[in-house]
Amino acid sequence: MAEIVLDKVTKRYPDGALAVSEMDIEIADGEFVILVGPSGCGKSTALNMIAGLEDISSGELRIDGARANEKAPKDRDIAMVFQSYALYPHMSVRENMAFPLRLAKVDDATVRSKVEEAAEILDLTQHLDRRPSNLSGGQRQRVAMGRAIVRSPKAFLMDEPLSNLDAKLRGQMRTSVSKLQRQLGTTTVYVTHDQTEAMTLGDRVVVLRGGIVQQIGSPQFLYDHPANLFVAGFIGSPSMNFVPATLEDGSLKSPLGTITLTDRVRRLAEAANAPREVVAGLRPEHFEDAALMEESHRQSGSTFTATVDVLESMGAEKYAYFTVEEELATTAELEELAADAGSADVPGTGSTIVTRLSASSEAREGRPLDVWFDPDRIQLFDPSNGANLTYSG
Amino acid sequence: MAIGGAVTTGRKARWALVDIIVVVYALVPVLWIVSLSFKTKETLADGNFIPREWTFQNYADIFATDEFIRPLINSLGISIIATLIAVVLGMMAAYAIARLDFPGKKALVGVSLLIAMFPQISLVTPLFNIERQLGLFDTWPGLILPYITFALPLAIYTLSAFFREIPWELEKAAKMDGATPGQAFWKVIAPLAAPGVFTTAILVFIFCWNDFLFAISLTSTEASRTVPAALSFFTGASQFEDPTGTISAAAVVITIPIIIFVLFFQRRIVAGLTSGAVKG
Repeated sequence: MAEIVLDKVTKRYPDGALAVSEMDIEIADGEFVILVGPSGCGKSTALNMIAGLEDISSGELRIDGARANEKAPKDRDIAMVFQSYALYPHMSVRENMAFPLRLAKVDDATVRSKVEEAAEILDLTQHLDRRPSNLSGGQRQRVAMGRAIVRSPKAFLMDEPLSNLDAKLRGQMRTSVSKLQRQLGTTTVYVTHDQTEAMTLGDRVVVLRGGIVQQIGSPQFLYDHPANLFVAGFIGSPSMNFVPATLEDGSLKSPLGTITLTDRVRRLAEAANAPREVVAGLRPEHFEDAALMEESHRQSGSTFTATVDVLESMGAEKYAYFTVEEELATTAELEELAADAGSADVPGTGSTIVTRLSASSEAREGRPLDVWFDPDRIQLFDPSNGANLTYSG
Repeated sequence: MAIGGAVTTGRKARWALVDIIVVVYALVPVLWIVSLSFKTKETLADGNFIPREWTFQNYADIFATDEFIRPLINSLGISIIATLIAVVLGMMAAYAIARLDFPGKKALVGVSLLIAMFPQISLVTPLFNIERQLGLFDTWPGLILPYITFALPLAIYTLSAFFREIPWELEKAAKMDGATPGQAFWKVIAPLAAPGVFTTAILVFIFCWNDFLFAISLTSTEASRTVPAALSFFTGASQFEDPTGTISAAAVVITIPIIIFVLFFQRRIVAGLTSGAVKG
């Protein structure tokens, strides 16, 4: 159990590359914190610095109030689960899990009981005498978790522990990781590039980009109040739609028509000294098929009409894709997000608006559809620096 | 199916033929030596591949004299000591080359490659003089030292290839589990490198065991002369006696340790020991 504090922690490589820049995070005892961001954002480097596997260039790392920069990994009393699991192939599952205890010179009886207890929790009891090479991916992953929990460390560090599992297993393991962490109450830092894991697992999420912390907050807060364009685009699936728009006397000219802004949004934008040209963001789930809306409710929002390009019926909901006439908003942040998702290489995805409609919608591909949205949900961003002009955190 | 079957049979026959040619080509000289070692002095030159008269006299003769036993002990001692030292040093050097970035790493690899390519014959005269000056001439260390020098590049190359195969994360995991760098090496890396270590040990041992050049040049008495050198000094009981039979017997005897060595370690050279460490 420990409190971990990163105080202006910076990692600069000998070749001058800056991997992590002045990272400030205070992780409370027992908290589950997620570091999330696209590849190369410095999240794994940050984790390795907490672990002691990489040196800290400047700044201070404190574990339980004591400076830990110079401590060797073995003296930090932190356990780590690796993406590749890193199980010792020449040892059985039991020996793998007992390894940290043996190194700590724990007596045989205690080792036995602790390993068996951990195996019980992780449902590995019947596999204790097998070698890692004879286990399935999910079982190997659980052994890696087991090796981390046996010695009851101050904190767990997890480096994309689920990314090698197939989608279904990943979902199951996500739940069990979450349960395990609540059960043990151990401080956990978890690195992932998967925004779903970030949303579902953590007490707090740290969004990183290019080694710089973009925003720290609870998953819901990040979803509702993204500090900037990058966080807005990264959190949420499918991601937020962005369109270029012009602010003119309280209304917004956009490819979705001229939208009358609500007082709340207008006041926030004015307070933030919004420029004329802005980027407007709307989440897919904030659209609805206008035909399904009650008349009174419908009046309170805006409507636009467009032809449905593609319709994906998921059963519980439908995703309708529209093409807008104008080019979609592009900024450095959005390009980076697109590159990370790989969509930059897919032709034609750049100018698509995604909307999530009720399953009862009668939208058809190739047919025009009236789409309703709530203008109060619109978020405005400054295209020059990505800042959220309607941020109300 | 019939055509496919015919093709496979044809292929099998061709491969069998090639295999037989290779095996015969490699084994005929060996079998010839074995055959000579069992022949009596009278039938030695009769040209028969299978001896008409079998005898163990040649083996009895070589083991009856110090001329063979003493060099055999020298050979075993010198080769085993040189192998041990070369493999331990090679392990450390190879680990450093595979894992660490240190100044002069490229130079070290380059120099070791240079040594491996260096013609040994050109070093014999200087070594002879140096060893006489230092009092190493005709001693065990006098052979062990040059053997280590020439075996090290081989050991470093083979071992660093094996070390590179071991996932880096295993060592990080060991460190996180509370191991010192030494514990991480001996408890995690070394057991996984074991197949490589045994392979290297076999290669180095064979190199030391078979060496003739240094053995003949840097020794003068039975104090340190190894078997390959001693064989060339074999004489018959008299000037007119042909020592071919005894030389053949000795040649067969010194092949045996190599075969034992390889068979003993072969079981430990299990490929794919690292499978299951990381998701592959």
